[in-house]
Amino acid sequence: MGDKTMTADEVVSRLESGMTLGIGGWGSRRKPMALVRALLRSRIADLTVVSYGGPDVGMLAAAGRIRKLVTAFVTLDSIPLEPHYRAARERGAFELTEVDEAMFMWGLRAAANRLPFLPVRAGLGSDVLRVNPGLRTVTSPYEDGETFVAMPALRLDAALVHVNRADRLGNGQYLGPDPYFDDLFCEAADAAYVSCERIVDTAELTKAAAPQSLLVRRHVVTGVVEAPGGAHFTSCAPDYGRDEAFQKRYATTPWPAFAARCLSGDERAYRAAVKEES
Amino acid sequence: MSEATPAADGVVSRAEYCVVACAEAWRGGGEILASPMGLVPSTGARLAARTFAPDLLLTDGEAMITNPDGTVEGWLPYRKHLELVTGGRRHVMMGASQIDRYGNQNISCIGDWAKPTRQLLGVRGAPVNTLNNPTSYWIPKHSRRVFVEKVDMVCGVGYDHAAGAPYHRIPRVVSDLGVFDFATPGRTMRLVSVHPGVTVEQVREATGFDLVIPDEVPYTRRPSDAELRLIREVIDPDNTRAREVPL
Repeated sequence: MGDKTMTADEVVSRLESGMTLGIGGWGSRRKPMALVRALLRSRIADLTVVSYGGPDVGMLAAAGRIRKLVTAFVTLDSIPLEPHYRAARERGAFELTEVDEAMFMWGLRAAANRLPFLPVRAGLGSDVLRVNPGLRTVTSPYEDGETFVAMPALRLDAALVHVNRADRLGNGQYLGPDPYFDDLFCEAADAAYVSCERIVDTAELTKAAAPQSLLVRRHVVTGVVEAPGGAHFTSCAPDYGRDEAFQKRYATTPWPAFAARCLSGDERAYRAAVKEES
Repeated sequence: MSEATPAADGVVSRAEYCVVACAEAWRGGGEILASPMGLVPSTGARLAARTFAPDLLLTDGEAMITNPDGTVEGWLPYRKHLELVTGGRRHVMMGASQIDRYGNQNISCIGDWAKPTRQLLGVRGAPVNTLNNPTSYWIPKHSRRVFVEKVDMVCGVGYDHAAGAPYHRIPRVVSDLGVFDFATPGRTMRLVSVHPGVTVEQVREATGFDLVIPDEVPYTRRPSDAELRLIREVIDPDNTRAREVPL
């Protein structure tokens, strides 16, 4: 069994401009920010980003790396509107596929199950259909005859997720209250990269935690990155909560200044910058 | 009375009338999940659960289902929450940046969707909510900017877009001025009650479309002394409700 550990920069070296990239977490919660920061250090651009959006989307949009975004929302949770995303959207910086939260989930499920689409009772009657003219409907072949949106599979070239623990083989564990959709992102992707707070021995994973905390299974994982604080400034319960003060700093600082101060170096430089800012 | 008239009520705040008006949305709902979005609806849902709707399920706003006192009784991460929506055993009260006479709701953006003048949250779960479980709305600042002739982006589906949707229902809209529903032949918005201190004319003025206004418009019911005590001392002692409705 292979050791899949690698650095964040090695993950990014396997990505290319033009790829469709899924990013796990939800809003400003357990986002793989160390991987996003590594991505921002690269020149990769022209991405199709698939995400329940938070600062991952805000940063990539502000840095001009997104060609197309697939999402149901972008938010910082405690700050409802993501300012850098807003600014990018309002200047028409990228193409948007705006779908409902449940449609998004069923799109990931379809991809994970190698189905072209799944029927979903969502979207009909709303302008989601108007702004996505490519969406098709499907009618139940049974007596009810109800019409549904046929949500197409959200197949990903690569997925980036962050969890609490992982082993070197790629088994990923979450210890917080919500798995979000990280397993689905990994299953929907050709290559999944899992960063974690701490890499532990396999036997360690279930010593103190229930087996159902083992969210991501190694057969769908390509790379494992140990990235302590790798979700910062988003939350990573129970290891740490959201760094609200720093998130506020991010939200209220013009993007070029924030990027210059906090994102110009590696993770060590980032942590030092965070310390200096707070 | 033919027209609601202002009433001085020095005892009960406008926010507390709003709490009760929101709580009433969950009356008779049975054993379903109450999903309030916003401070006043959250207080309202907890009030309902502690009084006339004891079977309601509540969440902590994250992945836990809790008793009104905060005791965890169940697990509802986002994936299960989205599936619970499609099962229909839920009544959500969402916000609205815009809402029109048929109850179409917008939280996505203002202006042309292709290049909005104001990007907002995105459609979030409004499309799936409105097609699968009862969806009510809470609007803390009733104005013509919110109550519009036509929404810029239909997120939550209104009655004129809901033909053939078997589970579509918008039980009520609560604002800081009054309570509204769609119990009219044309399924357009009707004024149900005004909060004490608000006139029908004031509501008409603050609404960007023609409301259906009955000859008799009652006042929103006053919270009982027991309800007031619960609101002020148990559920919302920090008075978060006043952050949404300062009156």
